[in-house]
Amino acid sequence: MSEAVPGTVVGVNGNLLRVRFASAVTQNEVAYAVTGSTRLKAEVIRVRGDVADLQVFEDTTDLRVGSPVEFSRELLSVELGPGLLGSIYDGLQNPLPDLAEQCGFFLQRGTYLDPLNRTRRWPFKPAVKAGDTVTAAQTLGTVPEGIFEHRIMTPFRLTGAWKVESIAATGEYAVADPIATLVNEHGERQELTMIQRWPVKMPIRAYAERLRPVDPMVTKIRIVDTFFPIARGGTYCIPGPFGAGKTVLQQITSRNADVDIVIIAACGERAGEVVETLREFPDLTDPRTGKSLMERTLIICNTSSMPVAAREASVYTAVTIAEYYRQMGLHVLLLADSTSRWAQALREVSGRLEEIPGEEAFPAYLESVIAAFYERGGLVRLHDGGTGSVTIGGTVSPAGGNFEEPVTQSTLKVVGAFHGLSRERSDARRYPAIHPLESWSKYEGVFNRDDVAFARKLLRTGNEVSQMMKVVGEEGTSIDDFILYLKGEYLDAVYLQQDAFDEVDSATPGDRQEYVFARILKILKTRMHFTEKDEARLYFQKLTQMTKDWNRIGRDKPEFKQTEELIEKSLAEVADYA
Amino acid sequence: MRKVHTNIEQIAGNVIVVKADGVGYRELAEVRSPFGTSLAQVIRLDGERVYLQVFAGSRGIATDSEVRFLGHTMRVPFSDALLGRVFTGSGTPRDRGPAITENMTPIGGPSANPAKRIIPKNMVRTGIPMIDLFNTLVESQKLPIFSVAGEPYNPLLARIAMQAEVDVIVLGGMGLKHDDYLFFRDTLESQGALSRSVLFIHTASDPVVECLMVPDLALAVAEQFALQDKRVLVLLTDMTTFSDAMKEVAITMEQIPSNRGYPGDLYSQLASRYEKAVDFDTAGSITILAVTTMPGDDVTHPVPDNTGYITEGQFYLRNGRIEPFGSLSRLKQLVNKSTREDHRTIMDSMIQLYASYKDTLEKQSMGFRMSGWDSKLLKYGQRFEAEMMDLTVNIPIEKALDLGWAILADCFDRAETGIPTKLVEKFWPK
Repeated sequence: MSEAVPGTVVGVNGNLLRVRFASAVTQNEVAYAVTGSTRLKAEVIRVRGDVADLQVFEDTTDLRVGSPVEFSRELLSVELGPGLLGSIYDGLQNPLPDLAEQCGFFLQRGTYLDPLNRTRRWPFKPAVKAGDTVTAAQTLGTVPEGIFEHRIMTPFRLTGAWKVESIAATGEYAVADPIATLVNEHGERQELTMIQRWPVKMPIRAYAERLRPVDPMVTKIRIVDTFFPIARGGTYCIPGPFGAGKTVLQQITSRNADVDIVIIAACGERAGEVVETLREFPDLTDPRTGKSLMERTLIICNTSSMPVAAREASVYTAVTIAEYYRQMGLHVLLLADSTSRWAQALREVSGRLEEIPGEEAFPAYLESVIAAFYERGGLVRLHDGGTGSVTIGGTVSPAGGNFEEPVTQSTLKVVGAFHGLSRERSDARRYPAIHPLESWSKYEGVFNRDDVAFARKLLRTGNEVSQMMKVVGEEGTSIDDFILYLKGEYLDAVYLQQDAFDEVDSATPGDRQEYVFARILKILKTRMHFTEKDEARLYFQKLTQMTKDWNRIGRDKPEFKQTEELIEKSLAEVADYA
Repeated sequence: MRKVHTNIEQIAGNVIVVKADGVGYRELAEVRSPFGTSLAQVIRLDGERVYLQVFAGSRGIATDSEVRFLGHTMRVPFSDALLGRVFTGSGTPRDRGPAITENMTPIGGPSANPAKRIIPKNMVRTGIPMIDLFNTLVESQKLPIFSVAGEPYNPLLARIAMQAEVDVIVLGGMGLKHDDYLFFRDTLESQGALSRSVLFIHTASDPVVECLMVPDLALAVAEQFALQDKRVLVLLTDMTTFSDAMKEVAITMEQIPSNRGYPGDLYSQLASRYEKAVDFDTAGSITILAVTTMPGDDVTHPVPDNTGYITEGQFYLRNGRIEPFGSLSRLKQLVNKSTREDHRTIMDSMIQLYASYKDTLEKQSMGFRMSGWDSKLLKYGQRFEAEMMDLTVNIPIEKALDLGWAILADCFDRAETGIPTKLVEKFWPK
């Protein structure tokens, strides 16, 4: 359906081309700049007179004035269909392992492969029969994809009612085999395969309504689930200076999050971190299903050294795939690391276009672009009555660790929860370094609100006392205040902090959190009697030690109860019941 | 036969504009002026105007100087004959040796396919406890040394290079003082390591554009060695000079600056260099150690800030010591679970206590009474600084771990350290 419309290059500046064209071009359409035998994918981003500005998704070395450009008349799209899960794509949905097989160690430019395996055969089971009437996003049939029923749906773009003229019988088909023919009242006919394409920058809206996200998404990270919960279909952001543990936090979440599918968009970050996921996930088992974690994971990997324009595309590729699985009634978590790199990609392009810069040279439209991206998250009711959700968690890497910068501020306006990481806490090795006093969440957690408020107040008072102690010294602090301070530190040490490398401590399920939290609350609410500050400190050091040990014991072990009793006993020694 | 162009229409900074057609982006050209011949690279095409960045600078170039396009991009030779040699930032010999033209490879090549990378697993032993124990260097890691002018970062770099177990060392020097260049060369030579080293040196007196080429040249060579199954250590000093050179060119090109005059693509530019650090599946590896001097000791300055986000952990060199704070790289965590079971715990506990010691110092300086706990911390902090942090300490990691336990046992009671009871029972000195 696409007819190549020729153009010629008249200017090259970095990854930006200026192209003179003869017939009509579309904003954001895909074009290919040709040098020698290599075709480089590009996207139209501005049209002025008969010259279009194109951003090239590859290195532009060797392009010259006069190089031909082919326009495709199609927007930048992703291929959707069975076989996406477990894949590793670059920002343009090129399958990286296949690319490695073809090109070796390096990413050769201008090589584009089919995102979905064309030869693999899927057992298809029809869900409609000839003569049925269907509308957009309706299930035609299903194929099993790992642990999921992958729905083969009518195109999301379909308008009006169509009649199923023919539908494939139960059997094995490849993704590109025709499986259905639809016809509408005007006699127009469409042949469908298991693949559909969707332009990445447009949200898929084939649902009945959007709902308010209320169900919590358990991450097994105590400070998140208890204090700053995330809802399924919600959005949250993790800003933090470098080295504060953003990526580790994302990795832990990607393992433990209580969702069906996790999509990791490694956007402009280190390749090394992606590799870890790549190599480890196939061998890890998903505690929910007992299958390999890779079966529910998809990685979009556009690391920092890969071309910058494709970096911008990668987050859209990821969110479009997330929306596609949402249409099947699944809960999807999209982790974008890092959205700052994506914003910087926008800035680089904006600079080359010589647009008037906004704050810190970011383009003026930064805010609306970020808002539009996060708004693609959400909980929806589908046409068949089921629900599906896309939860978006984005890390932000603010320049200089300063949250006042434009990307962090634009993000904070549109997200439902804020997990701010602090350099102070990470320097003191208090992981996860989410700041307990500065972070917030607008979502409802599973815990009793009063209990959480009590704990939070204690943290705040403890912090105030510690600040005051810096001014008046320990000797100027009353023993009661000092105990408050110790209690705050204790809560921090045994509940907020979690050892990411301990098998048990790194992932605390919801019910254990409730149990432990109740026990710790009881300790915190106990009035204690000490005569000396050193005595109090020593007591809390021991208590902390015991509780930390307790955190590392599996709940089914006999030691779990024993340690709990030890803690109980030691508490009785200092409790002041007077 | 290549056409000679003589119609230069603009000369500004190190960039000249010449009218020509059929020129490829990033192509190299030769610019001949009465004062000598220099290489130049195409950095922008606009109709028939070709923007060239002249390596030797534009001084002495006349509007009728000859420009001849070479039909290829910047390349670097590759063969074993490179070992023991010193080159300039334009790839010509600096050591009076013969020029090498074998296996010309384009520089700044595409990035490695993540699917061809493997999880780094080998520790690089350096004998420095602050590195081995607290910030383990890992093969294929990219790690900056954040420092300030005047600190001994070059000697530290040289020492790590000498002690690290690698096959090939590639040194990229940017804006080096001539003394420093000689220091590196002599140190490598005296330890017999020059024969496994390749040096690309841009000194402070060389043209600034050549500085921009140094990391790409060094990394292209390193990549070729790595593909031959060699373990390569790349040392780059100093990346701030490199970034400043980039800034200079960007401003000349009238690019919109983003932060303190640096171009908006600073992150991408730095990342494309650092990301060359790799551990190939079925081939060798590249480890990058780079010095980043922080102007005004300010870590939020754009260069160290962007570098921090790109690299995997960092060393802070201050007052002649590597600081124990600063970020933990994820990589290190992968490696130090296999050194000894107490490695991670010792590392975390000792740093947590050292942080408390710092608080106590602050309290002490304000004249508050020291509690019993404070005196313990003071004793601990002093021993830690003298026996662990001092850069002259040179002991293997196992010894360093034992020393850690000894210091802890000397200063604290068992329960005060927060170390899991299981480990205390096994390792606490009796």
